[in-house]
Amino acid sequence: MADYEIPKITGEEGILEIPHIQPDAMKSHGPWISKHEFQEYMHFPTDFKMPESVEHYGDADTLVENWKERALAKMADLKGRYRSLQVYLDICVKCGACTDKCHYFLGTTDPKNMPVARQDLLRKVYRRYFTFAGKFFAKLGMPGFVGGAELTEDVVKDWYNYYHQCSQCRRCSVFCPYGIDTAEISMAAREILDHIGMGQKYCTEIMGKVHKIGNNLGLPGGALADTLEGLEEDIYDDTGVEVKLPMDKKGADILLVTPSADFFAEPHVDGLMGYAKVFHELGLDWTLSSYASEGANFGMFIGSYENMRKISLRVRKAAIDLGVKRIVFGECGHAWRVAYSFLNTLAGPFDFLDQNYPIPQHVLEITEPALAAGKLNIDKSLNDDMTLTFHDSCNIARGSRMGDKPGGQFEIPRNVIKAVCNNFVDMPADTIHDATYCCGGGGGILTDDLMEVRVKGAQPRMEALKYVTDHHGVTHMAAICAICKSQFTKVIPYYGFTMDQIVSVHQLVSNALILTGQLTEEEMEAKEAAEEAERLAAKEAREKAAAEKAAAEKESKD
Amino acid sequence: MALEVDGQSIELDEEGYLVDLSAWTPEVAKALAAAEDVELTDEHWDIINFLREYYEEYQIAPAVRVLTKAVGKRLGKDKGNSKYLYSLFPYGPGKQACKYAGLPKPTGCV
Repeated sequence: MADYEIPKITGEEGILEIPHIQPDAMKSHGPWISKHEFQEYMHFPTDFKMPESVEHYGDADTLVENWKERALAKMADLKGRYRSLQVYLDICVKCGACTDKCHYFLGTTDPKNMPVARQDLLRKVYRRYFTFAGKFFAKLGMPGFVGGAELTEDVVKDWYNYYHQCSQCRRCSVFCPYGIDTAEISMAAREILDHIGMGQKYCTEIMGKVHKIGNNLGLPGGALADTLEGLEEDIYDDTGVEVKLPMDKKGADILLVTPSADFFAEPHVDGLMGYAKVFHELGLDWTLSSYASEGANFGMFIGSYENMRKISLRVRKAAIDLGVKRIVFGECGHAWRVAYSFLNTLAGPFDFLDQNYPIPQHVLEITEPALAAGKLNIDKSLNDDMTLTFHDSCNIARGSRMGDKPGGQFEIPRNVIKAVCNNFVDMPADTIHDATYCCGGGGGILTDDLMEVRVKGAQPRMEALKYVTDHHGVTHMAAICAICKSQFTKVIPYYGFTMDQIVSVHQLVSNALILTGQLTEEEMEAKEAAEEAERLAAKEAREKAAAEKAAAEKESKD
Repeated sequence: MALEVDGQSIELDEEGYLVDLSAWTPEVAKALAAAEDVELTDEHWDIINFLREYYEEYQIAPAVRVLTKAVGKRLGKDKGNSKYLYSLFPYGPGKQACKYAGLPKPTGCV
């Protein structure tokens, strides 16, 4: 299955032992580099030379001209724009609290994946070029004395490799006594790399598609319409109820912005059908937009404020063009972080929306109160074939909130699951809520060229899942993030699970929700049989009429 | 990366997908499959042909769900499921079948 060793999980404690370090265990060339055309689309410099092969990634002669000066200029620009970045670079006291908190360190044992070491890759250059002590000791030829280092080709190579082994999940920052956010440092590093000819293909290619077509997948309006029609058919075939998934409906009350994976991948699409059924049952007037058909915002992953803003403005434009009153986001982790934490400053003010609702709102903030108020007819036994656990997605857990109480982002999804399922068990406390482990694929890592990083980074979550599987009979893990769902379906087979063990939260709602007028299985069968009989009868009648007509014509000819 | 087909050099990207989608021919599909030790059977071709038709109409590969549904309608219900598709394309019908069909790889959170 792979040419590297898959970590072993035991299920004994649910928590990994801290591994012995193995320096350079994950030393590599990093992910595929972005071509000129993608960089150009993102307004990044293109005067670099595409390396002939991965062995040459980061070689000075492949980078932009004056790469060193331009990297330092970018660093100066970023620390000026984001005061937090400079504070994080200045304030670390090397206490070590973060060292064993990163899933990539635990899964790979490479000490450069310890959060403090990852930060230091950038920090040592900052100290050398931007602090008095660093400049002074550099003159004496010993910048290392104060933790500084010259910016060299090798440093750039390490940046590219190790800043693409960070999913920006921010677990380390929870345990840092100073709250240093490695994610922000890793975003800054990627922004610098983008400006010296080392963009990452996965992120930039995808953002190019959003700017051009409207979503990460590059799903054009026609394909989207066809997909939605197919889903309406599926819901009808399943329930006998005509549930609509409207697109570009002017004057609708709600614009739903959801990750494009919801239109495309499993089990995401089951979640999308769940939102549609809930909206239908609550009588909400909603629509999707073919222009803003993407909830995800990869601009955050590469630290590019300009690109993040450009993507967010599509949502604003769609809301204005369609004349909606509310914006609701579907199940997507970092989309919700961007929406909840930054949307107003990126694309606001939203004074044209109905101020009586949260702006923006999470789909779970609609479903949860509806369930609590008994507005949805639920048969929990329809989920009795499963025992569920819930994976808190990092960007939701640590970068946002839901509802009007602290911790709502942990409680609301669980309340929904418990309202539609009889069997629910949480994973060990150190692996959930704000201490949740990343799926291993977030922050721009969900690409095949980083498969080893993804598989190993999933180990802590897999250990916790194995624990509840072995001790509490858990059969399925629910998630509310497109990346988590895709990452898990791909990597859990490496750990002895099967891909269908990952489900969407709204898929569970969909399973248990009995729509008004919904037919039972027997009624559906009877209905289908009746429709079939009708078709046959109509066919017979047509044939009979044709035969009669032919006979009459023959007669008149004779 | 490049692939030799009938003396012609076909350019591939880092992950083995065609750079120029119009360079596709059935021989290219066979060569792409052979490079992964897969011999294309009629069952594979049914899927590849459907993918190409869908792409021509919609400029994107179909979602797994769309694909399974279409396969079910065309080839019988027992084949309209992802298990059958994975048995033909173990690396994932989306990615592996798209590669042989000369389609760009679906990207994003999938």
